[in-house]
This record gives sequence, C-alpha cells and structure tokens, in this order.
Amino acid sequence: MSQTITVVEKILSANDRLAEQNRAKIEEAGVYSINIMASPGAGKTSVILKTIEALKPEMQIGVVEGDTAPVTIDADKVMDAGMPAVQINTGGECHLDAIMLQGALNTLPLDTLDVMIVENVGNLICPANFKLGTHVNVLIASVPEGDDKPYKYPGMYRGVQAVILNKTDLLPYIKFNMDYFRKGVEALNPGLAFFPLSCVTGEGFDAWIAWLKEQAAK
Amino acid sequence: MHELPVTESILEISLRAAQAQNARRISDIYLKIGQWSTIVDDSIQFYWDTLSEGTLAQGATLHFERIPTLLLCLDCAHSYHPTGEQLLCPQCGSARLHVHQGEEFQVESIEIETDESP
Ligand SMILES: Nc1nc2c(ncn2[C@@H]2O[C@H](COP(=O)(O)OP(=O)(O)OP(=O)(O)O)[C@@H](O)[C@H]2O)c(=O)[nH]1
Ligand SMILES: [Mg+2]
Ligand SMILES: [Zn+2]
Repeated sequence: MSQTITVVEKILSANDRLAEQNRAKIEEAGVYSINIMASPGAGKTSVILKTIEALKPEMQIGVVEGDTAPVTIDADKVMDAGMPAVQINTGGECHLDAIMLQGALNTLPLDTLDVMIVENVGNLICPANFKLGTHVNVLIASVPEGDDKPYKYPGMYRGVQAVILNKTDLLPYIKFNMDYFRKGVEALNPGLAFFPLSCVTGEGFDAWIAWLKEQAAK
Repeated sequence: MHELPVTESILEISLRAAQAQNARRISDIYLKIGQWSTIVDDSIQFYWDTLSEGTLAQGATLHFERIPTLLLCLDCAHSYHPTGEQLLCPQCGSARLHVHQGEEFQVESIEIETDESP
C-alpha cells in the first residue's frame, strides 16, 4: 500500500536545534557572541583585530577562526594581539555550522570572556543558512567588491542583524554608488544597523564599537 | 560545498517520518527550495545515491519544487518576481518590501509503501 505523509520540516532543523544549545551555553557563561560573515578578503580578520584593539582595555575577547584549510594565519594574529583563539578547520566545507562551533565552545575559556567573535569561512553563498547560535550575525561588505552585492546575494543580507561596509578609504578610487548599495540593503532588511568604516584610517570605527558595547550590555 | 550535510539532513528527516509510519520503503521525497534560500545543485542526487544505500530510502526519487521569490510592495501593493537587477518595486521604485515567498527550504512530504493494514 502506498501513501503520502506530510512532513513540512526545515531541512536544517537539526542544525538549528544545536545552535540553540550553543546559545544556551554561551549565555550561561555570560558572553556576548558575534558571527562575522563576508566574502574572502573583505576584511573580517582586520575588523576583528581592530575591534580587539579598541575593546582590549575593558573586555576579554575570544575568537573562533573558521577556515577551509588547516592554516592558522588568522588565529595566530588574534593570539599575537593577546586574546585566546581557536581554529576550526572545516575540511573543505564552505561554512561553519553549529556542531563545529560546539567543539570550539569546549576549547575556548568561555568563563573568562566578555565577547566571543566567530570569523566564518569567507563565502557569500550559504553561511547565513547554517545558524551557529550567536547573538548576532554581522555581514562585512567591502567597497572593492562593488555596490551590487545585496542584489546578487539577497539570502546573506536577509540573515544578518548588522552590515559593515569596510574599506571606505578606497571610495575615491572605485566606482561605488552608496545610495544604490544602501537601497538594496534596506529593501532586503529594513532598519538594519549599518556601519561604513575603514580598517586603514580607522574612520567610522567609533560607531561600530559603540553599537557593539550597547548590544553586549543588553 | 554544502550539499553533503544538506543531503544527510534530508535523509535523516525522511527516515524519521517513514519509521513513524512503519514504512517498508520510501519511494519519493518532495522538497521545497526557495530561490533565496541555500543554493543546492545536482550533486545532491549523487550524495543521495550513496547515503541512502541500505536504508528505507534507497532508490527514492528526489523531487525539487523550486519556489521563485515573490515580493509585495508595501507602498503600492504591486507583487512581482525580482530579478538580479530589478529588486526594488518596478511600479513605484519603493524599497519597502515584504518577502512573500522564496525562502522555503524544507522536506514537504514523502511517499511511502507500507504492508497492507491487517
Ligand atoms: N584599503 C583597505 N584595505 C583593507 C581594509 N581592511 C582590510 N584591508 C586589506 O584587505 C586584505 C584582506 O583583509 P583580511 O582582514 O585578511 O580579510 P579576511 O576577510 O579576513 O580574509 P580571509 O580570512 O582570507 O577571507 C588585507 O590585505 C587587508 O590589509 C581597509 O579598510 N582598507
Ligand atoms: Mg580572515
Ligand atoms: Zn510599489
């Protein structure tokens, strides 16, 4: 006998449940957590290092570095800046997922931290779908990538709570229509927190740091 | 490359639903994939053939229903399917939009075979 069974279950529901467990663990330790996503080279590590520099006097920050290959370049930079870092090698997967973060949470000294920052694998296709359980998802776009990215990768812009536009020091040299970019972001994610900044000149960093502190204090 | 974990999830969800009905076999799996959700390509079928081997779902056919994104303009009530270049409302240019569909990513239903009920 043949019959149809209605299922209606989200394909990534198992990951979502693990993400909830991660969140519980992070909250229990009293840590505020951020998942940073961007295309390769947008400036994730640069933003993390400058954020550490700004918050170092008052906060302890742990970093989880996701990479597709077993290279510890980014994690080493964080440790050189005097903060604990854990490297996750995804073994070729194009994103971190909740179970990978679960492993890292057991390694990081969570109880000593105020903030945890996850540097996701550089990729605009899918990381937003694989929730990690962090308090916020932040997308870093950068000026050289072009102003059309919200239009080409709507899924990424839908899944975040803040957008950083990095490398604004390059605006004089690159054709980048700020209105067009912002309109795309606004259409996909109305009222989203937006921080144009430069890791080179430091311009715009104050607003990002102020927002972060405000969120962490909530 | 995220098709492997996605395929594993589809298999796990389908097997759980089938076992709850004492199925002998799963013959078909119906998936809803929105245009704005995770991109999945044909390699799913490849992973499927390998992963489902020896399970109730061996040989099941995967049916993908691709759902095009449908946006509703909150200013002029026009509804439309956006394309890469045309995201904002083509009627009035508004960026105040509601995503009506296109973000689905789910196992919708399965077709199973059971022994005749006694
Ligand atoms: N001009 C300019 N260059 C920047 C800025 N921020 C970062 N860069 C440069 O961009 C390059 C990539 O920066 P990273 O911070 O390594 O980027 P990432 O996103 O961590 O890269 P992956 O981890 O490899 O994906 C480096 O050469 C940085 O020096 C900026 O604000 N302006
Ligand atoms: Mg990096
Ligand atoms: Zn309109």
